[in-house]
Amino acid sequence: MEILEIKNLHVKVEGKEILKGVNLVIKSGEMHIIMGPNGSGKSTLCYALMGHPNYEVTEGVALFNGENILELPADKRAHLGLFLGFQYPREVTGVTFGNFLRIASNAVKKAQNSTEKPIGPLQFYPIAQKEIEAVKMDKSFIGRSLNEGFSGGEKKRAEIVQMAVLKPKMAMLDEIDSGLDIDALKTVAEGIQMNFEKLQPGMLIITHYQRILDYLKPHYVHVMSEGRIVKSGGPELAKQLESGGYAPLINN
Amino acid sequence: MATKQQEKLAKDVSQYKYGFHVDSKNIFKANKGLTKELVAEISRYKNEPEWMLKFRLDALEIFYSKPMPPWGADLSGINFDNIHYYVRPSDRPTRNWDEVPDEIKDTFERLGVPEAERKFLAGSGAQFESETVYHNLQESLQKQGVIFDGIDTALQKHPDLFREYFATIVPPRDNKFAALNSAVWSGGSFIYVPKGVNVGLPLQAYFRINSENMGQFERTLIIVDEGASVHYVEGCTAPTYSSDSLHSAVVEIIVKKGGRCQYTTIQNWSNNVYNLVTKRAKAMQDATMFWLDCNLGSKVTMKYPSVYLMQPGAKAEVLSIAFAGNGQHQDAGAKIIHAAPNTTSSINSKSISKGKGRTTYRGLIKVYPGMKGCKSKVTCDALMLDKDSRSDTYPTMEIEEDEVTIEHEATVSKIGEEQLFYLMSRGLSEQEAATMIVNGFIEPIVKQLPMEYAIEMNRLIEMEMEGSVG
Repeated sequence: MEILEIKNLHVKVEGKEILKGVNLVIKSGEMHIIMGPNGSGKSTLCYALMGHPNYEVTEGVALFNGENILELPADKRAHLGLFLGFQYPREVTGVTFGNFLRIASNAVKKAQNSTEKPIGPLQFYPIAQKEIEAVKMDKSFIGRSLNEGFSGGEKKRAEIVQMAVLKPKMAMLDEIDSGLDIDALKTVAEGIQMNFEKLQPGMLIITHYQRILDYLKPHYVHVMSEGRIVKSGGPELAKQLESGGYAPLINN
Repeated sequence: MATKQQEKLAKDVSQYKYGFHVDSKNIFKANKGLTKELVAEISRYKNEPEWMLKFRLDALEIFYSKPMPPWGADLSGINFDNIHYYVRPSDRPTRNWDEVPDEIKDTFERLGVPEAERKFLAGSGAQFESETVYHNLQESLQKQGVIFDGIDTALQKHPDLFREYFATIVPPRDNKFAALNSAVWSGGSFIYVPKGVNVGLPLQAYFRINSENMGQFERTLIIVDEGASVHYVEGCTAPTYSSDSLHSAVVEIIVKKGGRCQYTTIQNWSNNVYNLVTKRAKAMQDATMFWLDCNLGSKVTMKYPSVYLMQPGAKAEVLSIAFAGNGQHQDAGAKIIHAAPNTTSSINSKSISKGKGRTTYRGLIKVYPGMKGCKSKVTCDALMLDKDSRSDTYPTMEIEEDEVTIEHEATVSKIGEEQLFYLMSRGLSEQEAATMIVNGFIEPIVKQLPMEYAIEMNRLIEMEMEGSVG
């Protein structure tokens, strides 16, 4: 059972304080949703937890199974089992999606269990193919440069494929629903739910729209505003927001 | 090879015409510095015909008369008086295997260089015999009528063919270093491919590698007859030690009607070497010339593979990679001359500067008046890894005809912070992530290399990147 405990997290970006004391506990098998108006610090939380060099932690800790991950570089956090599905995934020319997946998978495996042999391209191909087709992407994407020329929806689905292959213990998805059309949204959400049920990671999902909650079964819903979590509840909180908007909750 | 009669004749001639005669043992051992006597002795020692002796001596005069180029890399470190211009294989200095730096040994290990080759490449072994490979290759080539010989041998065995093309593409007067090479050239390859013959496997200089052929003043001549095709590969990815500090090679290629030639170079000379090379090809009607040039080593490289598109339908393609680390300057590029209508060219140059390394792209596209329907595209991409890294681009376009299509694109980038973070968030260390990005950067060019070279190239980049990120 894995546990991520975020305690009084304060984060500055470009000299400006964005997170002003975030407290949150996520355990394996729990799906948490974070909603909130733009600028509330939702993405900042993800980036700070994953270890982006420009995000300066000024106070607080994030204990992953008792270890403060805020002192580790991003790759070490990945080795511990953290994953971030990016809102704007980066393109890497000349590196195929398939090769990248395999190399990342081997890197994490090696860090977690150094006796296991790295998996070769031939063995890996069917694994990649299975996960790519599960999000209704064509297997030709395996041979394409990572994210290059991918549509917004394809990039998001590629993030889900990466999550499925890397099998993280604690997964964060930053606005995984932005830029997706109705069908892609359904496919992606179903992919996430399926992955969640199968592997039971801890999940933190930042959502942009309500609609994705039609397909997900979260345990907790939180509302962020101005760098803090201002309200937490169960799935019924989402319904409340749907009818009433953020205002009533924030002005409390 | 030469008869006693020929030898005597050459000796007499040199004595008469040039009024001197020196014993080769003394002169070669005496070694440093460039003199008429040395040049004449080289020719005599090789039993060359009289015309070649005259050619060499004339070239020497041209070398003396030309000034150093006022552009390009810093060549002030070359001391012409302190160079051995000809060293017999048996006199070549070697160093102890113990003296070979650990990192070189480590590179051999990582690249999987066979034991037999390591000592040779490191300058610790006299000879490296690849005789068996070479012989078997020779048999199958001979059946097709293909000639693949050392160039010294070719002068003796195929004098007419040799003389017809030698120095017709790069005349001694072309530049100071071509003149130098013309005076003291020794070693290199000679290839002739008959009409319609397609040489299936790449011919590699490496097959014939030994002290004699690995020269500082190599001369290569390739003749591809009508409709024929060949791929020649020169050099190797493994770091190659040279006791000689000046390398000045000349490569001449002619591709006749409908023919195709690919010339791949992977250069990784030790960091004491000034590598100044003149490479030029002439492409006739509907012929294709493809230069694939990878510059990894040496202290200074100046190299601009060129193609003269002489007749309609001729095509030129140049792909070039340059990697410069601390103390290195790779000054490379390409020259394309559109001397006929409806000719096409494309140049794709990728350079990487690391630490205080410096890469320079220097290119020329020239289209003569009246050469309608020509198309040319130049893409230069520079990647700078560190804050002290340097990259320059000097693309020159001399377009004297309106009905043509000329494109030029240039990008300069560094490894993006966001890209790095994205890759690191997947479990790659900073170095592994940077290496992945660099390998991805050169991938479009590397995939044109024969597979084993491509793999070696990726490994080399990996090693170069170790300890470089920051």
